[in-house]
Amino acid sequence: MFLQQLVNGVALGSVYALIALGYTMVYGIITLINFAHGEIFMVGAFVGLLLVAAFKVNVFVAIIGAMIFCMVMGVVIELIAYRPLRKSSRLSALISAIGVSIFLSSLALMVFGADAKGFPDGAFPVRQIKVGSADISTLQLLIIGVSAALMMGLEFIVQKTKIGKAMRATSEDYNTSALMGINVNRVISFTFALGSALAAAGGVLVGVLFNAVSFNMGLMAGLKAFAAAVLGGIGSIPGAMLGGLLLGVSEVFGVAIGYSSYRDAIAFTILVLVLLVKPTGLLGQKITKKV
Amino acid sequence: MADFLNSLVGSIDPYMLQILVNVGIAIVLALGLNVITGLTGQLSLGHAAFMSIGAFTSAMVTIKTGLPFFANLAVTGVVTAIVAAIIGFPILRLTGDYLAICTLGFAEIVKVFFLNFEPTNKALGLTVPPAKTAIPMPIYVWVVAILAIVLVTFVQSSRFGRALKAIREDEIAADAMGINTARYKIQAFALGSFMAGIGGGLYAHFLSYINPSDFGFLKSVDILSMVVLGGLGSVPGSVIGASVLASAPEFLRFMSQYRMLVYGALLVFLMVFRPNGLLGGVNLTDLLLRAIGKKPASKG
Repeated sequence: MFLQQLVNGVALGSVYALIALGYTMVYGIITLINFAHGEIFMVGAFVGLLLVAAFKVNVFVAIIGAMIFCMVMGVVIELIAYRPLRKSSRLSALISAIGVSIFLSSLALMVFGADAKGFPDGAFPVRQIKVGSADISTLQLLIIGVSAALMMGLEFIVQKTKIGKAMRATSEDYNTSALMGINVNRVISFTFALGSALAAAGGVLVGVLFNAVSFNMGLMAGLKAFAAAVLGGIGSIPGAMLGGLLLGVSEVFGVAIGYSSYRDAIAFTILVLVLLVKPTGLLGQKITKKV
Repeated sequence: MADFLNSLVGSIDPYMLQILVNVGIAIVLALGLNVITGLTGQLSLGHAAFMSIGAFTSAMVTIKTGLPFFANLAVTGVVTAIVAAIIGFPILRLTGDYLAICTLGFAEIVKVFFLNFEPTNKALGLTVPPAKTAIPMPIYVWVVAILAIVLVTFVQSSRFGRALKAIREDEIAADAMGINTARYKIQAFALGSFMAGIGGGLYAHFLSYINPSDFGFLKSVDILSMVVLGGLGSVPGSVIGASVLASAPEFLRFMSQYRMLVYGALLVFLMVFRPNGLLGGVNLTDLLLRAIGKKPASKG
């Protein structure tokens, strides 16, 4: 029972972590809460569904297709809705992000209709593997595996490549990086591309997991992933992973011990409690204010 | 008197009347958030939670007791303000985005609480009996809206309001100048929530049906958009922002299915072209004086 719920929780949590990474990276670089991120996750799920249902492709190909589509979308959104606002107040950029989010979800409502769509049968062959007392489905292994691979890929890009170095420099100090010859616009576009790709992968995985893709799935998933990012300490990549896993696991355990009608409140209660004790999140750095 | 008011309201097209009432309620809500976010600089993403607390309190007061409507609203406002003060005490220690996410999290918790709360019919929602007053609701709403405008204008130029602005500009400096920032922040939060509660009470009695899901994240965002669109910290700004955004979905109704699509795009474009809001950085008295030629146009 315990092991079973743990696996369920880790599978859900790694999806939260995938989405949370996009929030954290964007926040780390331009301190914008990208509220449209949840909608990118939703669009990713729809693209994946289309690829599987209409073009009969493999789930892995669908994930890659959705990632590429959303990369382009993330860059375009940044260009239209956020770049003109980079010098203005952060609240204006926040409202702009919310506008994009409303736009995308109503577009999805118009194109795909109000009811949830399911993946066709046999899109991903599910088998149960018995480990001790727990039944672990191949689907959960897929989710955990793909998420882990993507996060390792991200870690490699951020730590080992030149553009990753530029990202870290830009998040450290935007203006100095620009003076040092880093093309900050390109770094920001790249960050959006990377974050959107991860969200899209998360979208396809959630779509397969719950076998339901709908126009409003982005809102709650986005809010929870954002909560995960803040819980871990916003701006910190390992923090986002930790926060996502923690929220996923605690949500599944909360439901398992009988609080299913409070499902959506569990994540936020934990978030509020942690913030009260540690106001910058679990792995967040303490902010020292200059006077 | 009541007959006259009723005939007055009856002479307005019901559809227009509905929009007017929506605008009036939006003004009360936006002004409340303007005190918290515009004046004091504390970003709150949970204003709809206080609106829902107000709506349910007001509905329950009407159902359980026979209080006249103005007393009902007063009780509602005070209850909401007390809840806000209790919540504000711990969470207002957080700053910036952490406060924003905490208020958001709190709003979700309130929503889930009402979704599971037996006395208010859980997720089925509550049918609200008519308000105990002879004055028609639309007039009531607008009287309250005007009172709210007067109240916030008064607060803004008072000693209290100046302390709030000092906190917004630089909390540490304000603290060093002897302003009790913690106390002022909680007071501002309670005042803003008081107005949200009253807005919620009006909303409940005007629609006569409330559901916990009506007060979700998107409602908070709606109210925040009004304040930011109008221009943070500006009373006329909040009024205009509320009027524009509360009526926009109605005026966009002719394009029925593209309505929300256009609304989202509208938000983006308004922000891109007026990043400080419609009236951000505009001084109305200045403009007025300039218009009647009492003051030369300033350079730049």
